[in-house]
Amino acid sequence: MYPSETAREAEVGGVGARPRPQGGFELWSWYFMRVSGVVLLFLAVFHLLWMHWVIGLSNITFDTIVERWTGPLGPFWRVYDLALLVFALTHGMNGARWVINDYVHRRGWNLTLKTALGVLYALLMLMGAYVIFTFQAPSALVTP
Amino acid sequence: MERRSVRHRRAAPSVWEGLRYRGGMGQWAWVLHRLSGLGILLFLVLHVVDIFLAAFGPEVFNKLLFLYHSWVFRPFIVLLVFGVVYHALNGLRLVIVDFWPAANAYQKPMWIGATALSLGVTAISILAFFWEG
Repeated sequence: MYPSETAREAEVGGVGARPRPQGGFELWSWYFMRVSGVVLLFLAVFHLLWMHWVIGLSNITFDTIVERWTGPLGPFWRVYDLALLVFALTHGMNGARWVINDYVHRRGWNLTLKTALGVLYALLMLMGAYVIFTFQAPSALVTP
Repeated sequence: MERRSVRHRRAAPSVWEGLRYRGGMGQWAWVLHRLSGLGILLFLVLHVVDIFLAAFGPEVFNKLLFLYHSWVFRPFIVLLVFGVVYHALNGLRLVIVDFWPAANAYQKPMWIGATALSLGVTAISILAFFWEG
């Protein structure tokens, strides 16, 4: 599970972060979590504060989506939301993969859970991208 | 015999060992980071599905809005706000420590700052709910 006793100690007992893996996919995923984490610090926190502090949660309806995606800034918001989808979903699913690797050591269960996670990841990515790319305002709602 | 005991010692940590950690600030920072991460992912799954349903028109989408409007779900949304801001700021602390080892000496103040700021943002968000009515 861990390359060495030191690596295990660093993870289970240290104050800091997950130790940097030696190489390969895991090293790539370690860097991805940090880069996407900093990107999401801006994208996700801005999205959260925008919806809560500027728009106001109680004011959100279907029309909010129509204004956001088909208004004058529509293309900007669609790109923003696609970036948010790709970064947040990939970051979150990779985090869940790390959690599975940390706690589920039986090979069969480990692979089953990670396969289910991969299917969910692909499905949500397709659903999210589909609505971002194809959303159209119902003609009745289009403001003149 | 010797080899067996070594292998036993190097076995992966049990769930309890993982939860118990070493105690102190690092343990709380880590537990909150992991729980907030999983909680945000759970919400993200729900959120992608609800926005996907907007493709089918206002009737379908507006039926789901009780999730965001009802006071019953507000406590979960408050937890989500805290979770997102905490995960972002505590994550930033981890990135800083990873790429600038000298920052190790400032882990505690950085964590206290991240947690305090998260609580502040959460408090303002609670006030915003009452402001909107």
